[in-house]
Formats: sequence, structure tokens, C-alpha cells
Amino acid sequence: MTALGKLFRATAFRLALAILLLSAVGAGIVLTVIAWEVVSVVDREISQTIDAEAKGLIDAFNTGGLDTLRALIEARKREPNASLYLLTNPIGEPLAGNVQQIPAEVLSHPGFLPIEYRANESGGRDRQALVGVYVLPYGLRLLIGHDLGDRGRIGAVMTRALALSLIFFAVLGALGALFVARRVLQRIDDINTSAHGIMAGDLTRRLPVSGSGDELDRLAEGLNEMLGRIAELMEGLREVSDNIAHDLRTPLTRLRNHAEAALAFGGDAASYRLALEKTIEESDALIKIFNALLLIARAEAGGDVGPPQLVDVGEAARSVAELYEPIAEEEGVALIVRVQGPLTVRGNRELIGQAIANLVDNSLKYGASNRGSADAEAKPDVVIAAERIGGSIVLTIADRGPGIAPADRARVLDRFVRLEGSRSRPGSGLGLSLAAAVARMHGGSVELEDNEPGLRVRLTLPAADPPALPADLVMNDRNAR
Amino acid sequence: MSDMRILIIEDDRDTAAYLAKAFREAGHVADQANDGLTGYDLALEGAYDVAIVDRMLPKMDGLTLVGSLRSQNNETPVLILSALGQVDDRVKGLRAGGDDYLSKPYAFSELLARVEALARRRPKGAPEETVLRVADLTLDRLSHKVTRRAEEIVLQPREFRLLEYLMQNAGKVVTRTMLLEHVWDYHFDPQTNVIDVHVSRLRAKIDRDFDAPLLSTVRGAGYMIRDGAR
Repeated sequence: MTALGKLFRATAFRLALAILLLSAVGAGIVLTVIAWEVVSVVDREISQTIDAEAKGLIDAFNTGGLDTLRALIEARKREPNASLYLLTNPIGEPLAGNVQQIPAEVLSHPGFLPIEYRANESGGRDRQALVGVYVLPYGLRLLIGHDLGDRGRIGAVMTRALALSLIFFAVLGALGALFVARRVLQRIDDINTSAHGIMAGDLTRRLPVSGSGDELDRLAEGLNEMLGRIAELMEGLREVSDNIAHDLRTPLTRLRNHAEAALAFGGDAASYRLALEKTIEESDALIKIFNALLLIARAEAGGDVGPPQLVDVGEAARSVAELYEPIAEEEGVALIVRVQGPLTVRGNRELIGQAIANLVDNSLKYGASNRGSADAEAKPDVVIAAERIGGSIVLTIADRGPGIAPADRARVLDRFVRLEGSRSRPGSGLGLSLAAAVARMHGGSVELEDNEPGLRVRLTLPAADPPALPADLVMNDRNAR
Repeated sequence: MSDMRILIIEDDRDTAAYLAKAFREAGHVADQANDGLTGYDLALEGAYDVAIVDRMLPKMDGLTLVGSLRSQNNETPVLILSALGQVDDRVKGLRAGGDDYLSKPYAFSELLARVEALARRRPKGAPEETVLRVADLTLDRLSHKVTRRAEEIVLQPREFRLLEYLMQNAGKVVTRTMLLEHVWDYHFDPQTNVIDVHVSRLRAKIDRDFDAPLLSTVRGAGYMIRDGAR
């Protein structure tokens, strides 16, 4: 497509042309109306002048008779720019005046009307005039006319003005359309160039924003936000693959070493068996890490987890607590649930349950470790509390363990981060990050706070706002203690 | 339970051969099909106790195969095997007509336990037993009473459901994930040995005061309740 073709095809250009056409039509209408108004004003003024003159002449006739009137008309018609005068007898024969030919029927209708006439002197061309016809006593008729040359001149002026303004509109409009179209085309071309650059792999590039805040800017901003989100996801994906590479290589190496060692050093059936069992154990651990990583990646990508259900967080907390209660008892920890319902969110029951389970699991693993420490006052309780705060469902899991230093709190939510002192315990370092990913996926968050002493994990999820349940159906565990 | 007829529809020949061998060693009869269409024809012809269907198959994918079987009123229990193990994949698999879903990779013991549990399902429409018995242990599903040798054992609701599931599958291995799925309705990995702790609590209640233990641990697989365990 040629540059000109592109220009003519541009929406902006066509729009500008359409506006130009509409404005031209509008200007034409306005000028026509003005011309018409001016003409009618001129006509009215002329007829008033004629009326006044006729009144004077009729008065002269009434006082001085026919001769006076004729003398007056003869005198008036010699004045420069004289009006048209014609006085006739009842059968239409001229008695005085400066009009040569006049259609006979004109004189038989008193009142105003435009006529064509031929003046004495010029004789040649017919001219236009507005004439008033008056009936005098004895059947005499008096015609007084004013040339309409003025009116014609006004019409000509108006026509010229219309033509000029149309030309002006055409030139200005065409220039405007070209300018607008070129400007818009230029910017769209810029955006296109950037888009192609991004497609070619330069993901850091953004669409140009002119700063004028117009619709193209808003479009570019919206697309830039989208690009930002995509870049974020890509970054997340890259991080995941980095982590997978790093954290799967270690156990994979271990796995290989076990198998290799068994082959190399051989031995009896029992040692082979042991090596194989180890191999299976390692691969199971690998599968777990792999699954958790996939789930986190999916959650962070905002992946679809099927149709959302209504999930009661309180119910989920109770069921997870019940699942872990025997473990807590083994650890000598009291697992306390305080739920004030209903606490419905929209999401995936399975994932929310897993997030809560991970948090409870962590609390039981790490939070119970200060038994016998100096702070004998602190009972190794783990308190799971859930309540509604505004439009959010807030679930907290608080333990009395060593807690996490403020500096480390953001870090432990990342994948595979295991703080010193926890490395010896079983776990993949994915529990918290999985919980955080599940929360993000549901539009919520996970925060770590100081429980003074201990750690309090706060899981916030947006409430689903279900129809309120009757109060007596709401289980309230606050009294259970 | 032994001598089940099992149909394995799996396009990876190594895996299919390994599974067939392992099932035969466990005392079952196993046939293989390496693509969806062959599998579908076999499943319609042979009266199999269980079909194991891989989700991604050449010629006809696993979910379509299951759906077609069901539309032919073929009620062969189907276990769907899949490399897609996400939450919604399981739901899709079950919705398509699968009876169970296991994601790859899996332990054979897990697959065997699930296949055996599927095959022993009562036929559709048969009345549900209201009283389950294993040796001198009785569980009444209506009155929620558990007695052993006429002695009542008081169980928590969750312990009751745990025992109920074990007794429904009496004589068969029940894995930890099967317990988590059927008793707690969760499909995730609870990371810790929670299930073991729940089972050992249950065992303390039903077995401790009696000389003949019924609930046994099957090493590397799960649990089993049966007469004369150990």
C-alpha cells in the first residue's frame, strides 16, 4: 500500500473529510438563512419607504388635486436615484411618471409585489423592482416602485461569501484531515513498530506514550500494562525453570549416585535392595517437589483451576485442624481453632485446604520447638483463627516457636528458601511459597507477623459475600475453649 | 481378591508391559492395548473387571474413550492414568466417566490398591450393606455403633469414617492417599505422616485390648483390615 493510499484509508482521514462535508453543508445553510433574512428585511424597509412616499403623494392629491400630484411626480422623477412613479387614469393610461411598460394586471391589484420594468432612460434591460399600487379617488391609480438592485447586490455578496467560505472550508478541512490522519498514522505506525519489536523478542520494550492523555495514549498505556504483566509472568516462568534446574539437579544427582554406587560396588542382594529403595525414595521426593513447583507456577500464572466454588474458610480450617490434631498431640502442642463464621470465599477448596494445611504443618514443625526454652510462660499452642474483616476473610495461624526475623520474612515466601536451623528438618521449602501462591491466585495475600513470641501467618482472601446465614446456624468456636 | 481381568490401555509399550507383568504377578489376568481404538474395542468385547486408561492415547484419547464406553452402557470401572495431575484435570477425568484418577508417576502399590478397590465395588443398584463385619468387629452404619466382641468402641466421627472405609475394603490394601481422598476428601499431599497418626489412633481403639489384631500396616503400600491380620 502506498503512503498516500494508507493516508486515504486512515480512519482519521475519512472522519475529517466527513466532518468537513458536514461543516460545509452547515455553513451553506447558515449563509442561506442569513441571506433570506436580509432580503426580507430589505423588502420590508423598501415597502415602508414606499408607503411613506405614497402617503405624502396622496396627501398632496387630497389637498392640491391632480395637477399638484402630477407636478410633484414630475419633480420627483428627476431627482437622482428617483423611485419609479406611475399615475394612471381608471383605464390604465399613464398620466405621469417614469415607467414605460408595466403589465396591466399589476395596476389592478393594490398592494406590494415585485415586478420587472423598463426604465425610460436606459430602455434596454429589464430591471427588478418592488412596487406598491394605491387606488386614489376617481379611480386613479398610483404606482410607486423602488429598484431592487440593492437586494440583488446583497444576494451577490452572500453568494460570494458562501463560495469563499466553502473554498476556505475545503482547504482548511483537507489540511486538517491530512494533519490529523498523518499524526494518528504516525503514532499508530510507532506503536506498530514497537509491537513488532516486542514480538521479535525485545520484551523490555514498551509502546510509545505521547503524554497527551488522549485515547491512543490510553490504549498504549493499557497495552503496556498488559505487556508488563506478561513480562512478569515470563520472569516467573524463567525463575521457576531456574529453580527447577537448580533444585531438581541436586536430588537427581543424588539419585544417580545411589544407582551408580550400587552398580560399581555391587555386593549382595540386600545392598542392591537398599540402593533401589533409596532410589524410589529419592524419586518420590523429586515428584513431590515437581508437583509443588508446577502448582506454584500455575497459581502465579493466574492459571485456571476450574470453576470456582464457594469455600468456607472456617470449615476448611476446622477440617485441616482435625487432620493435624493427632500430630499436634504427639508434639505436645494444643491446636486451637477459633472461627467466627460464615467465612465464605470463592475459589478452589482443594487449594485453599492445601494452603492452610501447609501453614499448619509449618507451625507444628517449627513452632513447637521452644518447649523447655527459657520462656517457660509461652505455651506451645498453635492457634488457628479465622474471621471476617471488612470485605476480607482473614485466617491467622499463630505459634509460639522461634518466629522469623523481620529481615527474613519476605524471603521465606520465595521458593526453596529454608532458613538456617530448619534445613535439618524434612521439607522442601515450598510450603509457604505454595500457600502464598494459592493466596495470590485467589486475589489474596500471605503475610508474616511477630506473635511475640512466635510467628503469626496471616492469610487474607477476598470474601465471596454470600447471603447471610441465620445466626443460629453459624458455628462459633469462641466458646469452645 | 485375586484373578481379576484387567485391561491396560496405554500407548507406552514399556509401561504397559511392566504393568501387565506386575498385575500378573499380583495374581490377575492383564490384557494390553496400545491405542485408544483397540482399547475401546477390547473394553466393549471382553468382560473386564477394571480398565486402566491412559489419558493421552493415539487414535482416541482417554476421556473420549471413557465417555464412549459409558454411552454404550458399558459400566466397566475405569481408572484414568494421566501425566496431568492438576486439580481440574482430576475433576475433568471423573466427570468424563472415570471412577478413579491417578497421576503419573505413581507407585505400583498405589495403582494396585486402587484397581483392586475399584473391582470390588458393588454392582450399581445393589443395596448398600448397613452392617460391616470383619471377624468379631462390627460397624453399624445406621446407628453409628462400633462393637468388638459385644463391647462397644466409642469413635470420633472421623475415626468412624476411617474405619468404615477400611472395612468396606476389608482384605484389600488401602493406601494413605486413598484414605485422605475418601475420608477427608482432599487430594493433596499432606507432607507429614498425618494419616499414619490417625490410623494408629484408630488401631489403639479397635485392636489394643484384643489379642487378635485386625488392622495391619502393609509395608510400602498402606493399610489393610482383615480377619487374622499380621
